[in-house]
Order: sequence, then C-alpha cells, then structure tokens
Amino acid sequence: MQEVNQPEAPVINIQDLHKSFGSLHVLRGVDLRVEKGENVVVLGRSGTGKSVLIKIIAGLLKQDRGDCLVLGQEVSTLNQKELRDLRMKIGFSFQNSALYDSMTVRENLEFPLVRNVANLTRAEINEQVETVLDAVGLLQTINQVPSELSGGQRKRIGIARTLILQPEIMLYDEPTAGLDPITCLEINELINEVKEKYHTSSIIITHDLTCARATGDKIAMLLDGQFLKQGTFEEVFNTEEERIKSFYDYNFIQ
Amino acid sequence: MSAKKREHVYTRRLDSAFLAVYNGYVFFLRFFREVFKGRMEFQEIVKQCYAIGNKSLLLIGMTGFITGMVFTKQSRPSLAEFGAVSWLPSLVAIAIVRALAALVTALISAGKIGSSIGAELGSMRVTEQIDAMEVSAVNPFKFLVVTRVLASTIAIPILMFYCTAVSLLGAFLNVTLNEGTSFIAFFESAFEQITFLDIFTSLAKSIAYGFTIGIVGCYQGYNASKGTEGVGKAANSAVVISMFLIFIEEVIIVQVSNYFRV
Repeated sequence: MQEVNQPEAPVINIQDLHKSFGSLHVLRGVDLRVEKGENVVVLGRSGTGKSVLIKIIAGLLKQDRGDCLVLGQEVSTLNQKELRDLRMKIGFSFQNSALYDSMTVRENLEFPLVRNVANLTRAEINEQVETVLDAVGLLQTINQVPSELSGGQRKRIGIARTLILQPEIMLYDEPTAGLDPITCLEINELINEVKEKYHTSSIIITHDLTCARATGDKIAMLLDGQFLKQGTFEEVFNTEEERIKSFYDYNFIQ
Repeated sequence: MSAKKREHVYTRRLDSAFLAVYNGYVFFLRFFREVFKGRMEFQEIVKQCYAIGNKSLLLIGMTGFITGMVFTKQSRPSLAEFGAVSWLPSLVAIAIVRALAALVTALISAGKIGSSIGAELGSMRVTEQIDAMEVSAVNPFKFLVVTRVLASTIAIPILMFYCTAVSLLGAFLNVTLNEGTSFIAFFESAFEQITFLDIFTSLAKSIAYGFTIGIVGCYQGYNASKGTEGVGKAANSAVVISMFLIFIEEVIIVQVSNYFRV
C-alpha cells in the first residue's frame, strides 16, 4: 500500500486576528503560517502592530477576534498551567533585552532554568549556563551585571536566556534596533546560528531590511494592520505596490 | 467648561476611582491566592527582608532616638506643673510603645521602602522585565510581589521593636541628664504601666502597616505604565496611599484595642 505523506502542521497558525486598543484598531484580520524550521520576518513601520502580534503569540496579550494556534494550541483559551507549559517552548527576545538589572548574567540565565526544570544539580546548572553563553560567544561576561554590558552584548545575553530552556519557537522583537551595522550583522548571524543549532522556528519583528534579507526564509509585510504581501524577500519587494516600494527605498537610502 | 462637560469629567473620575479600588481588591485577593500556591521563594524573601531592614535601620534609629528625646522634653513642663515629673518615664514609655514607635517606623518605611518597591517594580514593568519573567514560564507575581509583601510584613515589626528600644534610650538620655535617674530606675518605672495588650497591639499594628506598605508599593509598581513618568507616579502613589491607609488602620486598631482595655 502506498504511504500518504501528511503535510506537517504549522508551528504557528494565525487566522483573521484582530486587536484594538480603545479606538485604535491595530491588527485588522492578520493571517500568518510559520512552518517548522522556518524563519519568518514580519516587516512594517513603527506602530503597525508587529510587537502586538508576537505578544499575542506569547500569551502576553489577548486578541479581540480570530485564531492564534501555537504548536496546535489556541493560546487565548489556555489556563495558567497550559500557558506555562507552552511558554517553556517559546523563547522571546525583547527589543530592549529586558535583562534583570539586579542580577548578574549567570543569575539572569539561571533564573528561568532553576524555576522550570526540577532536580538540577549545581554542576548541571553551571554547565547549561556556560553552554548557552558559549553559543552566543559571551562566556567571559558570566559574572557581569547588565549595566556593564554593551547594547549588542545585552541582546546576545537576552537571546541566551531564552535558549536555556531550549525552545521550539523563537520570537525576536526588533533584534537589531539601536545597534551599529557591524553588531547588526553579528546578531543576524546569531539568529541563523540559533536556527541551525537549536532547530527553532522563528518570527523576527523588524523594520531593518538588511536583517530581513539575512535571516528570513519568508517575509510578511504588515501595513495598516494587515499583511499586504508574503513570500521570499525578492517576491515581496519585486512589486509595483507603492507603499512597499517606498518602504524599500526609504530603508536602503537610510 | 460647560456644565455637561464638567459632569462628564466628574463621572469619569468617579469611574476610575471605583475601578482603582476594584483593581486593588483583586490584587489583594491574588496575593492570598498566590502565597500558598507553588514553590516559595525563601531566598528572595530573606534577601528582601535584609534589604528592607538594612535600608531603614539608620534612619529609623535616628528618628526614633530624636522622637524619644523630644517627646520627653516637651512633656516635662506639663508634668512639672503638677509636680509629677517622676511619672515621666511611664508616660513616655506608654506613648512610645502604644503609638509613636509603630507610627514612626511605618511612616519612615512608607517613604523609604514603599517608594523603593514602587519604583523598582515600576521600572521592571516599563522595561518589560516583568513580561520577560512571564514569557520564560516564571510567575512574576509570586517572585516579585509575594516575596516583597511578606518581607515587609516580617521586617517592619522587627524595625518597630528596634525603634521602641532606641526611642526609650533617647527618652532615658533626656531624663538622666535632667533628673539624674539611673538606667534601672528609668526602665523599671517605664515598664510598670506597659501591659501585654500594649505590646500585642503595637505588634499587630506594625504587621498591618508592613503588609500595607508592601502591597500598596507592589500594586503601584506592578501596574505602572507610561514609561519613566509612570515609574515616578508609582513611587509617589505608593507613599501617599500607604501613609493614608496607615492612619486609617491606626484609628481602627486603637478603637479595637481600647475595647479590650479594662
């Protein structure tokens, strides 16, 4: 008998998602699929709801309408325990890194680990912390506090902190914002390394086209609360659509 | 402003006031729900107790000492009019143990600890550190709020006893310099009128004040918004609201304790 290959379910499947803040209708029927092992870049101008989208995926915000399925589960209907279990599979890298100021780099990395994985010995904790720090190339900063780190180092530590729980999905909120061009390239490389090494599927929120081209398997252009176009970088920007063209021109002139 | 517009503004203010009370109540209930749930962050509680005690020790010590000295000095002329200067140690001790020590400790702590908790959690909220805890499957309420509220509820009664001792020392210094009373004679006279109810009431008050300072500071900080402006507002509101509640609690606890006094 011939075996039928079932298509693998998407890790993230968003359909007709709406979100408003008061009278401001930010997301107006967003559809997005992220396949396993895929890096999807969500591009768009500031204030178009890019961060809102990934906050809904991480369960930090609730949509007003529509479906948001992550690893087959509708995020908005999960109870506390189910949400906690799901979040262990999601890594969220914040725009400003959101490192805990009062803790050293080691403590920042240990924090989610010791609270989510039971019965770890001190040696195991140290090993895991050092492994992820090594993966982001910042093992030497282990005893420093966040205020002693540069912007790029903080981003890397923020990514390391999410990697410590070995997530299946990575959500990057403006990973290259506020960084110099060389550090931006390093962060882009790191995003690709994370995908290769940890086999993650990712959503990368950015308005930096260099980052989008370097990291994205698929680009989704968010304008006026909807995805105007989705596809490869070339497919999206090989267009006559005026708003997409002006976004491209402005980005590269900048 | 037209009458209709003014009415609309007042209605909105009233709505937001009721909403704030309701949200505070929900936060208060959540504390009791979370405190017995899941793993207890003992290390963080001890760290916060140390931070609270360490931060306030010198200030409370100095304020307590000055309060004891000044209260004794101010009370002396009134007692001298009736030839009752020998009652000074008892009078001062009653005032310190029943009211002053707990109140001074609470007001200093509201300013120092309440504002610090409000500002710390507020800045954690606006820099997304609280969101970062949440997405890494850690309960930020349990780690940040429960630990700080428990720490202030434990540390402030200890600070109150410390304040009582230092205030009495201040009072003793004034008495011994003016009347030449010995240490033993002063404290024998001072504790003659102090009952178990006085000490228990004082302890109950400082537990209530500690809880109030912790929960108000945490509520304001945890719900801070609007960037750095929100952090300042959270710190400020934490002080003002907790001081206001402390005075209300003072009135209630004094009324209740007087009911038990013979």
